Amino acid sequence: MKSSIVKKYVMALSGLFLMLFLFQHFCINATSLFSSDLFNNISHFMGTNPLVQFAIQPILIIGVVVHFIMGFVLELDNKNARKIGYAMNNGAANSTWASRNMIWSGLVILAFIALHFVDFWFPEINTKFIQGDWSGAIEGVEGYRYFTELQHKFANPLRVGAYIVAFALLIMHLLHGFSSAFQSLGANNKYTRAIKGFGKVYAIGVPVGFIVIALFHYFNH
Amino acid sequence: MNLTLKIWRQKGPQDKGGIVDYKVSDISEHMSFLEMMDVLNEQLVNKGEEPVAFDHDCREGICGMCSMYINGEAHGPNRGITTCQLHMRTFKNGDTIYIEPFRANAFPVIKDLVVDRSSFDRIQQAGGYISVNTSGNTQDANSLPISKENADLAMDAAACIGCGACVATCKNASAMLFVSAKVSQFSLLPQGQVEATDRVMGMVKQMDEEGFGNCTNTGACEVECPKGISLDNIARMNREYFSASAKG
Repeated sequence: MKSSIVKKYVMALSGLFLMLFLFQHFCINATSLFSSDLFNNISHFMGTNPLVQFAIQPILIIGVVVHFIMGFVLELDNKNARKIGYAMNNGAANSTWASRNMIWSGLVILAFIALHFVDFWFPEINTKFIQGDWSGAIEGVEGYRYFTELQHKFANPLRVGAYIVAFALLIMHLLHGFSSAFQSLGANNKYTRAIKGFGKVYAIGVPVGFIVIALFHYFNH
Repeated sequence: MNLTLKIWRQKGPQDKGGIVDYKVSDISEHMSFLEMMDVLNEQLVNKGEEPVAFDHDCREGICGMCSMYINGEAHGPNRGITTCQLHMRTFKNGDTIYIEPFRANAFPVIKDLVVDRSSFDRIQQAGGYISVNTSGNTQDANSLPISKENADLAMDAAACIGCGACVATCKNASAMLFVSAKVSQFSLLPQGQVEATDRVMGMVKQMDEEGFGNCTNTGACEVECPKGISLDNIARMNREYFSASAKG
């Protein structure tokens, strides 16, 4: 783990894993645009399935923690590698803003995850693990509670605004992160152009999709 | 043309150093950047002041000695050149030009714009070679079949002159482009296979010990490299490192 290249492998693999998770999260959220029943049923399955709750969820949390801790370790290493900086440095001449500011876009995403946990994850844990209510029901709502809770959260314009800012930064993070992960793992070959192209579609498409979902529920609650 | 120069002056390795302003006049647009520095130094010597120390040797873009960070870019604003190949026609009359040494903890300043890049030598010594008996009965190189593609890629990697522009440019002061070029030039050829495992492990270990940063894949090094060394080499080194680690 001391090797700079091993640190990059860890960063790349955890990043790819999180991107896979993000895509499945997006697919589930997207169902809320056209079918509250489908969204409710999938949410209930994900929220109560033992494999998801007790195996995949801990792996996901480990993935998030590893990615952030390694990100900070690398940032500290990198800052220490040049203690005296330049009086004049023209970074824009040779690299993208997104690639130079992964730590800042990452910190915004970290703050967003904290907000997201307060909004959704902590109440879920409280309901299921502390109160012991695994029914997915709530008083005054017919069927499962998940769609109603989603609509309630996105009624607040400040929350929707915060989500939009975070997802804009996520676009920047992924625009560099997607292809960078493949480069770190040594996958630079005849598929590189295709990976970069797909990476751009993914990096813009998925966060914009999340923004559309948030706005949809804000205007339709 | 008349120019204002903001140059990093530092008396020695322990000196704090700082930016000092100088004016130079009647600079020809046909001069190289180093010739402009020569003019400045002549002025300073005539006034009895200490001339600016800067690295230079061949002045034809081959040796990799000239190491200035000019207006925020290694070797100045043009692409695919060293500082000696940068001409004053790139600038305009009245311009202010920042001139700083290559910055990295692993490249400590010796004096003014001169930095110590012997960390690169130590990385090279940690595996950037092949062991060949050169006692007079060396076999003909053409007896080893090598594909044209690999021969070209190895030659492209070997074009690295070890100038350190990649480190100076990198926001993390990472030496990955340099090390990967040196790893690649051997790993692409059959002669390099024998010591491939030890080479990549040894060179990366030395790179880390020297205090270079990690690679963020910004690609700035590739853009600023005077010899156009490709990022593909870094991906190749990452693959080599993985297979070498698996072998143990």
